[in-house]
Amino acid sequence: MKWPAFAYARANSLEEAFALKRAAGADAKWIAGGQSLLVSLAYRLQAPGALIDISRIAALHGVAEAGAGLRIGAATTHAKLGADALIGARAPLLAQAAPLIAHAAIRNRGTLGGNIAYADPASELPACLVALGATIVAASPRGERRIAAADFFVGLFETALAEDEIIVAVETPAPPAGSAIDEIARRPGDYAMAGLAAAFDIESGRLAHARLVFFGVGGAPVHAVRASTALTLHGVAAAQAALAGDLAPQGDHQASGDMKLHLARVLTRRVAQAALGPGSLAA
Amino acid sequence: MKTRLDVTLTVNGERVTRSIEPRLHLIDFLRLELGLTGAHAGCEHGVCGACTVRVNGEIVRGCLTLAASLEGARVETIEGLSDSGEIRALQDAFVAHNACQCGFCTPGMLTTAADYLAQGGAADRAAIREHISGNYCRCTGYQAIVDAIEDAARRRAGGAA
Ligand SMILES: Cc1cc2nc3c(=O)[nH]c(=O)nc-3n(C[C@H](O)[C@H](O)[C@H](O)COP(=O)(O)OP(=O)(O)OC[C@H]3O[C@@H](n4cnc5c(N)ncnc54)[C@H](O)[C@@H]3O)c2cc1C
Ligand code: FES
Ligand code: FES
Repeated sequence: MKWPAFAYARANSLEEAFALKRAAGADAKWIAGGQSLLVSLAYRLQAPGALIDISRIAALHGVAEAGAGLRIGAATTHAKLGADALIGARAPLLAQAAPLIAHAAIRNRGTLGGNIAYADPASELPACLVALGATIVAASPRGERRIAAADFFVGLFETALAEDEIIVAVETPAPPAGSAIDEIARRPGDYAMAGLAAAFDIESGRLAHARLVFFGVGGAPVHAVRASTALTLHGVAAAQAALAGDLAPQGDHQASGDMKLHLARVLTRRVAQAALGPGSLAA
Repeated sequence: MKTRLDVTLTVNGERVTRSIEPRLHLIDFLRLELGLTGAHAGCEHGVCGACTVRVNGEIVRGCLTLAASLEGARVETIEGLSDSGEIRALQDAFVAHNACQCGFCTPGMLTTAADYLAQGGAADRAAIREHISGNYCRCTGYQAIVDAIEDAARRRAGGAA
């Protein structure tokens, strides 16, 4: 369907964005890449009275070293996440996730900030940020605040963000020794039926300090605490068994809950195998 | 906040200014304001790729792009890519391999395939399929399209046809 009518303004700075928002009220929404928002307008799932374009605000752009990690601007596109040399070196999990998101034309416009603000339960990046222990930096007229990724994703399409806040950047800590992402989708570019983002160390041929974070199996990314511990202490089979205590996936139009749990176990094995090398799990 | 605004951009090398409503997407802008009907509006919600055009050198979904957001942008459509001769070899390969039946997907397919080649894409069927995964074709079954892009990539690399 055609989009419903709305007013539009482009903000050139955060101050300008906040002033436009103050004047337009709750009926106005931020637009970055538009790759989720404009889809929801086409489906007439929402009809905001105004869109405030934040995609050209300089403060939302750029990738820079911050401590042992990175500060990645919210306006960074998925395409840039996949191609940027600093991200490849300091947050390789995000670079690995990028090609799994949608298709090339959508990756050229969709942004990190828009993706995590939208908080689709099957989205790759929220799970990656939880696995990495990243921090989300949000600004509002009240100032700036920092939110741990684990506290940011509250539920289905729901985040800790206030209605007038703008995500400015994501900060990642020093990269873990190893990380990996895998997912099972019906076709390349589709939202995953189930996916796994993992961060870990490797100590004498075993995975250590694993953080297994699943997506597409709950309202928000699920940090599978039992399976993560089991993987470290007892290996893959124990982790697969422990997943029943971590996940209680609801079925959706793509897969039943049982199938999603099965896929989560398959992904656990695949990710462990990829991390340790071929033949490592000959059991 | 504006409910109508002027936007100036470059389309296929020509500067154009129009007064538009913010709800106009890039495809309707091209088709209705400029009479450029090469890029198609299929699903109009981001899944089919029939609306693929280039903005500032990168392929995008025209149906998920606000025309109002394109102040100062450089847009290229299938008309521009054809007239410049940039995609001549690809078009020849599409004809040779019968990669175009009803033709509805073809402008988007060619624009996406041109992007694949421009990024140095090789004659690798899996990689070609991955790059065109966002472009639906309801006629060909894709084999002929992949054949054509593979052929164009091979010819460009100077190998045997
Ligand atoms: C066909 C298709 C397939 C897709 N497949 C996938 C997939 O497999 N995986 C996946 O993860 N995504 C997928 N997407 C979605 C894509 O990743 C979007 O680009 C992304 O979710 C939204 O980013 P955006 O910049 O386009 O945000 P927008 O659409 O502009 O905004 C989305 C929401 O976030 C808010 N917002 C935007 N930026 C900010 C900010 N800086 N601060 C606060 N709020 C903000 C907006 O108000 C809006 O509510 C797909 C999209 C399409 C059309
Ligand atoms: S018309 Fe844009 S993706 Fe279908
Ligand atoms: S040729 Fe008809 S849709 Fe592709």
